[in-house]
Amino acid sequence: MMNDEKALSSSFIVLSSSLKIMQHTISILVANEPGELSRIVGLFSARGFNIETICVGKTLEPAWSRCTIVTEGDDRTIEQIIKQCGRLARVREVRAVTKSPHIEREMALIDVSVSAGRERQEIMNLVQIFRAKVVDISHEKMILELSGDWRKVDTFIEMLKPFQINEVTRTGCVAINRLSPFETAEAETQTANAAA
Amino acid sequence: MTSVANIPAVSSVPAAAAQILETVKTPAPRGAEILVRGLIKNGVETVFGLPGGAVLHIYDEIWRFRDEISHYLVRHEQGAVHAAEGYARATGKVGVALVTSGPGATNAVTGIATAYMDSIPLVVITGQVPSTMIGTDAFQEVDTFGVTLPIVKHSYLVKDVRDLEAIIDEAFQIAKSGKPGPVVIDVPKDITAMLCDNPRKLHAEYLFESKEETIDETALNLVVEKLINARQPIFYVGGGIVTADAANELMRVVETLQIPVTPTLMGLGGFPTAHDLCLGMLGMHGTYASNMAVSESDLLVAVGVRFDDRVTGKLATFASNAEIVHIYIDPSNIGKVKKAHVSLIADAKTALGKIAEKLAAADQTEISDGVKNRESWWLKVNDWRNSAPFACEYSQTEIKPQHLIEELYRVTNGDAIIVTDVGQHQMWAAQFYPFKRSRQWLTSGGLGTMGFGLPAAMGAQLACPDSQVVAVVGDGGFQMTNQEIITAIQYKIPLKVIIMNNGYLGMVRQWQEMFYDRAYSEVDLSISPDFVKLAEAYGAQGLRAEKPEDLKRVLEEGLNFKGVTIFDIVVSKEENVFPIIPAGQDTRNMILK
Ligand SMILES: Cc1ncc(C[n+]2csc(CCOP(=O)(O)OP(=O)(O)O)c2C)c(N)n1
Repeated sequence: MMNDEKALSSSFIVLSSSLKIMQHTISILVANEPGELSRIVGLFSARGFNIETICVGKTLEPAWSRCTIVTEGDDRTIEQIIKQCGRLARVREVRAVTKSPHIEREMALIDVSVSAGRERQEIMNLVQIFRAKVVDISHEKMILELSGDWRKVDTFIEMLKPFQINEVTRTGCVAINRLSPFETAEAETQTANAAA
Repeated sequence: MTSVANIPAVSSVPAAAAQILETVKTPAPRGAEILVRGLIKNGVETVFGLPGGAVLHIYDEIWRFRDEISHYLVRHEQGAVHAAEGYARATGKVGVALVTSGPGATNAVTGIATAYMDSIPLVVITGQVPSTMIGTDAFQEVDTFGVTLPIVKHSYLVKDVRDLEAIIDEAFQIAKSGKPGPVVIDVPKDITAMLCDNPRKLHAEYLFESKEETIDETALNLVVEKLINARQPIFYVGGGIVTADAANELMRVVETLQIPVTPTLMGLGGFPTAHDLCLGMLGMHGTYASNMAVSESDLLVAVGVRFDDRVTGKLATFASNAEIVHIYIDPSNIGKVKKAHVSLIADAKTALGKIAEKLAAADQTEISDGVKNRESWWLKVNDWRNSAPFACEYSQTEIKPQHLIEELYRVTNGDAIIVTDVGQHQMWAAQFYPFKRSRQWLTSGGLGTMGFGLPAAMGAQLACPDSQVVAVVGDGGFQMTNQEIITAIQYKIPLKVIIMNNGYLGMVRQWQEMFYDRAYSEVDLSISPDFVKLAEAYGAQGLRAEKPEDLKRVLEEGLNFKGVTIFDIVVSKEENVFPIIPAGQDTRNMILK
C-alpha cells in the first residue's frame, strides 16, 4: 500500500527505518563562533546520542567551520540527529556523508617500544604494508604516523599489539563525498534553516 | 568618527579619549543605547525586568527612553519572564524580559524553559560581568550562555559592541520565525558602556531570507485524497494551530469534510470547543469521546502537534489502527515520537489553506459521498460523546471546582482570556470553560510550571487591555509567585486571580489517592495565609466564597471591580479530575469515575 508513497521526497517522508545499529559520519557546516560547537555536542548528550569522534576545522570561508561527527545508531536515530542539528540557527547544512560514496580519513600517532634488530625490522615491514611513516625514533622507541579510514587505523593498531604500544592518539574522522558521476545515490542534504 | 568606536564610556574614559569625545559633536551611542534603540526598532513597547549591577547602563537608557518603551518592575525575575510569556501568548508578539547577571539570570531560567517547551517567542536580555572578568568567578558571575544552552532556541554572548545591533535584530527574527522560541542575549557590562558608530553585520543573512513554502504537490494530493475518502478520520490539533493563526483554515477543511476535531491542551481555542465537530480535549484528562475516536480512527490527521506523552499514553497502542498524516513546521518533530505515513512540513496555516483550496477545486460529489460514508462513524462518535460527557458536580454545601469554572464561564460570557497555573484547577478550567477563539487559553503545557499563572495573566492583561483576563490558580502555585500582585497594583493592571483553594497540592494528592494507597505525603496546605488579608495587605481587593450560594455574587463583584482582585474560592477538598488515563497506559484504560 505504501510503495507508491515511498518514491516521494522532501516534504514527504516515509520512514523505512532499519533498526540495525550502524556507524554514520555526519558533516555539519556551522558558524565559527564560540559556543556553537557546545550547542551541537549538547544536542547529542541531551538525547543520549553518543559521539564516537568529532573533528572541527575551518572552511574556505573563515566564518564557517566544518564539523565531522562519527556516531552510532539505527536509521531513525541518525535521521533525528540530522534533523535536530538542522534546527540550530547557526548550522547551515547537515549531511549524512555515509549515505553515499565517500572518502573518510583518520590519522593516528602511535608510540611503540621496539628494540633494535629483528623487532624493529618487523615493525618496518608493517609500516611498509600500511604505508605508515616513522616520524620519530630513539634506541628503544618509535613514533609511527598513519592515515586511512578508521578500519585501517584499527587494523594497524591491532597488528602492533604484540609489541608494546605506549600511547595512541587519533584525530577522529574527516570525510568528504566522492566526485564520481557514475554513482546515482544522492547525499541526503538538508539545508538547515530552522528559523526561516 | 570611527576612531572613537572602541572607547569605553563613563567611568574609565582616558583623558586623551575624553578630549576626542568633546570635539565630536554627536558622540557615538554606547552599547546600552544601541540595545534599547534596537528593542524599539523591533517594535517593543513593553519590557518586564529587574535591575542590578551588570545592567545599570541599560537601565540608564531605559530611563532616558521611558516615553518610547514601558518598563514594568517585577518583584522576582521568574515573574518577569512569565509576564513576558503571557504577553507573547496573548498576542503572538515577541515578549521581552531584562534581568541582571548571576542570580537575576538564574531566576529567569524557569521562565525561559517554560517558553522553550511551549514554543513561545521571547527575547531575554541578561546582564553579564565585564568581558575582561568572564571566567574569573567574578561577583555575580554565572555562565548564563551555558546554563541556558539546552532551553533556548538560540543564544548570544555579545563579544563586540559592533555586533550588538545585528544581534538584537537577529534575536527577534529567530524568536518569532518558524517554530518560535526563547532567545537569550547575554551582554557583558563593558559592552553596554562602549561607544560604537560602526556597527557590523553578522554573516547570517540566510536567517532573513523569506523561504517560500514548498509543499510537495504529490504529498498534498495524497493527503487530500485520503481525507476525502477516509471512513473513520479525526483531526488531532495542537498549539501549532494557535501559533500559525490557522483556525479559519482548519474550520474550512473540517466543515467541508465533516470530520471530528480534538484539540490538545495547547490547542484549546484553536477550534471552538462548542462546535458540533469538536469532541473536546484529547489526552490524559481529555474526553472519553476524543480518546476513543482516536483509538478507533483509521486516519489520524495530526496538525501542529508533537505526540506528547500526556496525549498518547502508551505509544504502541495510540491510534494503532490509523494511518497518520503529520503536518508540522519543524522536520525534526516528524517521526520523532510516532511514525507518520505521510507528512507535510509546513506551518498549519499554509498546509490547511492549501488543503482547503484543493477541496474547493475537487469533485464535489466525491466529497459529499465521503461525508455520507462517514455517517456510521459519526453514530459511533456520538455514542461515545453521549455515554460519558464531562460531568459537572454540584453540591448544596460546598463549592465544587467544576461548578466554579462553569460559573466563571457564565459571568464572563465565555469571552475571558483564561490563564492557569498547573494542577487540578488547570484541567478543570480546560474541561469546563468552552473556548471560542485562539489565544483565549494560556497555560504552561510542556513544562507544567507552577507559578506561571499569576504573572502570565498580568502580562496578558497588559497586552490586551480591552479583554477580561482571569487567572485560575491553585493555592499551591499561587504562593510561588504571588509577589507580583504588588506589580499589578503599582501599574494599575486590573489583575483578577481566582484561587481554587482546596487546601492541598491537589494534583499530587489525587495521584497519591489513586496510585499510592491514599498515603498523603507532603501535600497538605491547610496551613496557608489568609488570602483575603494577604490581598488587602497588597492593597488589592480580597474576596472569599465558601458556599455555593455565594459564588456568583462574589465572582461578579470582583470581576466588576476596577482594580486588582484576589478571589479565595474554597472548594471541596478531595475532588478528583476525571477522566484520567494513568500515565503511560493505553488510552482505552481510561478511568471515568
Ligand atoms: C514548580 C513546580 N513544582 C512542582 C510541580 C509538581 N506539581 C504538579 S501539580 C502540583 C500541585 C499543584 O497544587 P495547587 O497549586 O494547589 O493546585 P491544585 O492541583 O490543587 O489545583 C504539583 C506540586 C510543578 N508542576 N511545578
